[in-house]
Amino acid sequence: MKRRVPLILTAVVGITFVVQFFIPHKPFSGLQNLLTDWVQIIFAFAIWLGALNLMKLSGESLYRRKKRWPYATITIACFVATAVVGLFFSGGSRFQDPGTPFDWIYQNMYNPLSATMFAMLAFYVASASYRAFRARNREATLLLAAGVLVMLGRVPIGDRLTGFLPEGYRLADLADWIMNVPNKAGQRAIMIGIALGIVSTSLRLMLGIERSHLGGRE
Amino acid sequence: MTVALGTTGPCQALSALRAPGNLRVIDAPDDAGGTLLLRWELSANDVAAGAPGDSSVTGYEIQRAQSPDGPFVKVGEVPPRTGEARDAQGLRDGVGYYYRVAAVRGESQAPSAVCGPAVPTGQWFHRGRVNTLVAVLVLTGLILYFIEHARRGRPVFIRKIAGLDAVDEAVGRATEMGRKVLFIPGSQDMDNVQTLAGIAILGRVARQTAQYGATLDVPVARSMVMVACRETVKEAYLATGHPESYRDDLVHYLTDDQFGYAAAIDGIMVRERPATIFMQGLFYAEALILAETGNSVGAIQIAGTAEPSQLPFFVAACDYTLIGEELFAAGAYLSREPQQLGSLKGQDLGKAVILVLLVIGVVIQTTGLFDFAALFVVQ
Repeated sequence: MKRRVPLILTAVVGITFVVQFFIPHKPFSGLQNLLTDWVQIIFAFAIWLGALNLMKLSGESLYRRKKRWPYATITIACFVATAVVGLFFSGGSRFQDPGTPFDWIYQNMYNPLSATMFAMLAFYVASASYRAFRARNREATLLLAAGVLVMLGRVPIGDRLTGFLPEGYRLADLADWIMNVPNKAGQRAIMIGIALGIVSTSLRLMLGIERSHLGGRE
Repeated sequence: MTVALGTTGPCQALSALRAPGNLRVIDAPDDAGGTLLLRWELSANDVAAGAPGDSSVTGYEIQRAQSPDGPFVKVGEVPPRTGEARDAQGLRDGVGYYYRVAAVRGESQAPSAVCGPAVPTGQWFHRGRVNTLVAVLVLTGLILYFIEHARRGRPVFIRKIAGLDAVDEAVGRATEMGRKVLFIPGSQDMDNVQTLAGIAILGRVARQTAQYGATLDVPVARSMVMVACRETVKEAYLATGHPESYRDDLVHYLTDDQFGYAAAIDGIMVRERPATIFMQGLFYAEALILAETGNSVGAIQIAGTAEPSQLPFFVAACDYTLIGEELFAAGAYLSREPQQLGSLKGQDLGKAVILVLLVIGVVIQTTGLFDFAALFVVQ
């Protein structure tokens, strides 16, 4: 029963959603928006599961002085402080308005931290490229050559190097061609495969053949 | 002719305002009802700029009534040079409405003849999506046929996928080194099919870790994913006869935030130095951060995603990468269940059909026989 009900629900709702794509008549026309709203509400409630689990594990780490207890302390302190500031010191339902203490935390702590993580990507790209762009074999050499051409074609020095050539034969044009023709063709091929994979997986889920998200076979 | 002082030429009187002609009102096609479509011929006073004639019309007013004698009320207006409009304001299905369209010039109006009754209704089939229906039926038919074909015991050949063949070796490595297996099921929620594909792989990996006695760690970014992963891991440990090794905190929630999640996992990787890292699901910009950090701690990494923009990063930074459809095939590949393998076969046949259509399409479009691509436009 524990697995049968979710399987039946999955099949019924899945097939209904496929059918509703082809039937504009009510009540099918409003189904997608209605169920999307339901999903958002369920996810909003479900966040408490995660938050309580996080606090429980952090609290245990702190209480038992496990190896990562300093990080657990910071997690609990930040969670409680942000929640208290947002709930009690930021004007009630308008807590996200500019100028509130909650907004100050968002603008001066959260945003810079997020930006820092995102900025680190530049260095990670450099280190990954350094390892990937070595001419170990034919494919890697081709990758290296294409990467160099595209990089040069995207910066002013590429225009300087080939500015004497007629339009359409410069590095920037070659870089555009690499991105618009072979790269785009490859991406589209991958996307066709992905689309078919999604259809096949969705069909397996609807028919109950794939049950791993429910804990596997009975 | 008298010329007024200060002017440079004779004054011209405006021609009489002419009404638009040939008003037709039909039920809007392929909709849920409550909408009517109006079309009319432009007024003679609405010629294109630069063309000979009068272009003094400033717009058209749409007027509606529930009887041919009125009273007509304005329900909309459109700019000049427009010969079409939709009315979806408060129409009730099955009720007849009468319309007229008035050419407007300043305070003057010239209404067309009344047209009606037009009755809005909803349609039970969207004719603009016939091509999608055909594609869905063909693909579903192929997949179902091969599922049945495999269910009858006929062998199904599946090519080797290096990343999946390495799962055993990767978990074994973690066991020998006495370090944990870190499994990251993507950064998105259960409404994404890639997350479900990742959880299918988690089930198989959890069986391996249960059998080998390795430690599994599954940090997640969504509460519902946490619940589903716990069920999956618990069932895997029960099925392999190791229920005592299962703990709820093998699967734990970190944060919904994208970079907070990436930072937390980076911290786990750097502090606890897992021997094996699986990244299976949907990732965005955090993909490279995770993969590079995993590489820096010396872990063997098996990644898989169907997000085309992140695939190059995984290929560059990980030991094995499941590309696109290989992620969706992984559950079937690892389980070797005939029905699941049969669905892969059907999917491959679907790809063959698309390949043939691509070749035919290229030839037809190149020769200009007809607009083959238009057959595949979805409304």
